[in-house]
Amino acid sequence: MADSWRPRLARRARLRYDGKSGSYVLLSPERGLLLNATAADILARCRGELTVRAIADELAALYEGIGRDALEAEIEELLKVLGDRGLLDRTE
Amino acid sequence: MNDAASRPYTLIAELTYRCPLRCAYCANPIDFASRVERLDAACWQRVFAEAESLGVLQVHLTGGEPLVRSDLERLVAAARKLDLYTNVISSGVPADRERIFGLKDAGLDAFQLSIQDVDASAARAVTGGDWLDHKIRVAGWLREAELPITLNVVLHRGNMDRVADMVALAERLGAHRLELANTQYLSWALLNRSALLPSRAQIDRARAVAQAARIRTRGSMEIVFVLPDYYAQTPKACMDGWGRRTIVVTPDGLALPCHLAHTLPGLRFESVLDRSLVDLWQHGEGFESFRGEAWMGEPCRSCEHRTVDFGGCRCQAYHLTGEASATDPACALAPAHSIIEKARSVVEAAHVDADVPPAFVYRSIQASRTR
Repeated sequence: MADSWRPRLARRARLRYDGKSGSYVLLSPERGLLLNATAADILARCRGELTVRAIADELAALYEGIGRDALEAEIEELLKVLGDRGLLDRTE
Repeated sequence: MNDAASRPYTLIAELTYRCPLRCAYCANPIDFASRVERLDAACWQRVFAEAESLGVLQVHLTGGEPLVRSDLERLVAAARKLDLYTNVISSGVPADRERIFGLKDAGLDAFQLSIQDVDASAARAVTGGDWLDHKIRVAGWLREAELPITLNVVLHRGNMDRVADMVALAERLGAHRLELANTQYLSWALLNRSALLPSRAQIDRARAVAQAARIRTRGSMEIVFVLPDYYAQTPKACMDGWGRRTIVVTPDGLALPCHLAHTLPGLRFESVLDRSLVDLWQHGEGFESFRGEAWMGEPCRSCEHRTVDFGGCRCQAYHLTGEASATDPACALAPAHSIIEKARSVVEAAHVDADVPPAFVYRSIQASRTR
């Protein structure tokens, strides 16, 4: 994945808080993904402004006890899943 | 009722049964013409709020054709105000550029546009009209308004061989998602089953084409191919289980666990005009009928798949066997599975002459009143 890529959620994907479960959900046509806390924190930062590395840096400062590399791997994995579903903006 | 086990995520709001198309596989109930449209915008607004309080996150504004309601934009705005992910599911036929932009301004999240076929004369044979060019224009307005497009095609014997062209059209129209959904053989589609059911060879070919296209378009367009349960050996997890994830509210106000539940005899469904949606979901008699597993007989009761497919579709069970609590005949283990095998073998044996248009019973007010 290019170091310069600044991931951004597609316009049709909408992040919202779900009071019933106390977690964030990612909504898109015909689908809702219940997100764990880390995934919600990652996606809240996918606004086309930060690179994957910058997102990992921000989260590493936020979480204690999770390594930066592990975070970066988690981000890449989540973005791969969402990318395959067309939920990331393809324009760089 | 166990709250966590039965939390609705989706509201299907059938705003009207009116529709300019007369598709031979229409999923509206056969008796739609005798049902009065009772819910005004204020009432729908209340239903949305009650649904949201139950946990609903997505609302599908559908019908019939939702655009025949002049207050659709108002309903979109009301749903969006509740932070519901708001979809309009439409044939596109009544749409013009102004209405598409009106929906966009109201906050619409996504638009599902139906295409019946890529071949105009074949589309006419199944819907009774020529709308393909107009639908293509509608897709252009949707793109211009930057509204995400799901293209939906109901597959059947007459269009199944053109899946590759459907994929090409969806790409050309800039769809984000293409649903290739095989006909569910209920209601009008069940009346027309012998003219609609494809052969296994057709399905295998279409599925292979869809599979290859799905890999090619990954990341830009999602392709969903829904296998017909007549060929699946296992029943579909209808509505993700009865009264478990989805609420349907009909134009006449009934709150239902699926869009045809009111065609099952002996079940009591009530109107959102008489009781709140919250109350109906939690305590409504009809919703309780097939919730959980207590209603199941064998082979479902002891089957390991019962938590996966929930015994299949209650409407299919009733309309094929006369018993709403029977195992869905689509299941290879169902005592009545021979009904499905017979329907399939008739198709395989039939000589289908492509030049002779099938004799469909079209969805129409007249047919609805006389059937």
